[in-house]
Amino acid sequence: MRFIFKTEYNQDITLAKHGGHVFWYSLLGLFLVAAPWVVAEYWLAQLTFVLIYAVVGLGLMLLAGFTGLFSLGHAAFLGVGAYTQAVMVNAGVPFPLALVCAGLFSAMVGVIVGLPALRVKGIYLGMATLAFGFIVEEGMARWEKVTGGNAGLTVGYPAIGSWTLDSTEEFYFLCLLVTVGATLAIVNLLRSSTGRAFVAIRDSEISAQSMGIHLARYKTLSFALSAALAGIGGALYAHKIQFLSPEQFSIIQSIDLLLMVVIGGLGSIHGAFLGAIFLIVMPQLISLGKDFLPAAIGGAAGLQGTVYGMVLIAFVLFEPMGLYGRWLKVRTWFQLFPFYRRGLFKRQKSFQKSDRLK
Amino acid sequence: MQLLQLLISGVAQGCIYGLIALGFVLIYKATETVSFAQGDLMMVGAFSGLAAMTLLGFPFWIAVPAAIVAMGVFGVLLERLVIRPILGQPAFSIVMLTIGVGYVLRGLITMIPDVGTDTHTMPVPYAGEVLRLSGLVIAAEQMVVIGATVILCLVLFAMFKYSKLGIAMQAASQNQLAAYYMGIPVKRINGLVWGLAAGVAAVAGLLLAPITFVHANMGFIGLKAFPAAVVGGFGSLPGAIVGGLVIGIVESLSGFYLPEGFKDIAPYIVVLLMLVLKPNGLFGEQLRKKV
Repeated sequence: MRFIFKTEYNQDITLAKHGGHVFWYSLLGLFLVAAPWVVAEYWLAQLTFVLIYAVVGLGLMLLAGFTGLFSLGHAAFLGVGAYTQAVMVNAGVPFPLALVCAGLFSAMVGVIVGLPALRVKGIYLGMATLAFGFIVEEGMARWEKVTGGNAGLTVGYPAIGSWTLDSTEEFYFLCLLVTVGATLAIVNLLRSSTGRAFVAIRDSEISAQSMGIHLARYKTLSFALSAALAGIGGALYAHKIQFLSPEQFSIIQSIDLLLMVVIGGLGSIHGAFLGAIFLIVMPQLISLGKDFLPAAIGGAAGLQGTVYGMVLIAFVLFEPMGLYGRWLKVRTWFQLFPFYRRGLFKRQKSFQKSDRLK
Repeated sequence: MQLLQLLISGVAQGCIYGLIALGFVLIYKATETVSFAQGDLMMVGAFSGLAAMTLLGFPFWIAVPAAIVAMGVFGVLLERLVIRPILGQPAFSIVMLTIGVGYVLRGLITMIPDVGTDTHTMPVPYAGEVLRLSGLVIAAEQMVVIGATVILCLVLFAMFKYSKLGIAMQAASQNQLAAYYMGIPVKRINGLVWGLAAGVAAVAGLLLAPITFVHANMGFIGLKAFPAAVVGGFGSLPGAIVGGLVIGIVESLSGFYLPEGFKDIAPYIVVLLMLVLKPNGLFGEQLRKKV
């Protein structure tokens, strides 16, 4: 058990709380920088996907995990970012500029979607974002002049002038840079007054409002930031996948993104990353496991969906804090050994509180 | 005449949306959760009807009630096994849970060898028959959908109004704690509500089966029933049917009068407008929280 002896006020808000943080995160950083030389190219590509999804996950985590607003149409922001990036890069705009534009444009769309969020609560917000997601998907399919419609759109490599990032390693470093930047931005945001306001809104809107938090402004801001991160993630996604079509940004993708933050652990930055790892590794595990199953089960088309669903059900039932919650429990068990009690993380059961009265 | 034709097909489609939305509303009223598995329950209902007719060889009039009852039992079991342990948790956990249930149901049906990935025709006695009425052409399937919806609505209305069970369900949905104090077994009622919702979903599936055929992805139509439920007001049973009709008619008219592509998104545009203008829906309750 580690006791942190605080002698300065600044220790409350430092990023690294103690030497252990510094050590482990430096090790992680070293591994990520060295990855292109130690990891096979296939896994490097998968790692790139993890980083991209982590950026999107950070955005959704900010919205769902920290502000308490659930979006069922997040794939739409991803799509807006991806198409903006694709169109601009194909037109010859340097990619950093395009990346910024993708983020900004997504944020603008996020603000527009955030507007109904000011009036509706709970499940109605889910419906509004769901509806918006469908409209954007259809828009991407129909606006053929720009998006290429259902035929799809090919995306070039990211390039500035004559310098093109066309190898897996270069693109990996780009994604790493963006991910580290996004993570630091979110971590910093959450220890500022804005981040505290988001958390206050999540915990109770009424008390947040009583404390002088402007609900409309902060909710819109949360939507905008979340959409901007999703847009930047989408821009990277466009380069990685190199071919865009509207069905990549359907409701299935939105649900996958939600699944990512829920399984990772709502309300934790680590959760976004753990969820992204889960989302990328799971299909690989399933395809590895197929060989050990009888052909009738292993070869069936619905296997992946079934496993996804079962994992989701298992997490909601047994580990609502997600992978990160599980890790916290394991860590606490070791820290307190042998004094860990089973009820330590017990969830409080409450009587059904009516959403209609919120 | 053409308008009337469009209206009739819109009403028939709207009845299906309404029936699925009815399932959402039943569950929402009773347990204050939104079931994303409703569309997939409908799909399973259609498949169980198909299995009863082809595999077990039941005649149509026995297969239909059998499928509905089977789905009702399935709904009760589902509530007991999966939903009840997490009642009282944040509403969103239950939404994720039902999404998971939907995934599993769709996946399992797809995994059935030789059946799951194919599209099947439901052998109904009224298939392909057409009623001609002075220029109007009405398919028998559409008439059956409309008729069955009307009957089901009357049955549900009578149940909620006059039967003890229905009144207990209403009480439990209005205030669980108070209902519990009055001696209503709220947990069992919740289970029955899930059973009822699954049964209604099965009816919707069986009605939809002759129109769109039976396949593992037919549950996605449930996503169009959400707008129906929202337009009607999420907590209102007649609202669900009215909302379904509105969505069905809007869809059918926009498919004809507006450019291609609007048919699929018209319901969502309607729901966004509704949420901005009247967030509680047409029949929603106006409630305010007192601090």
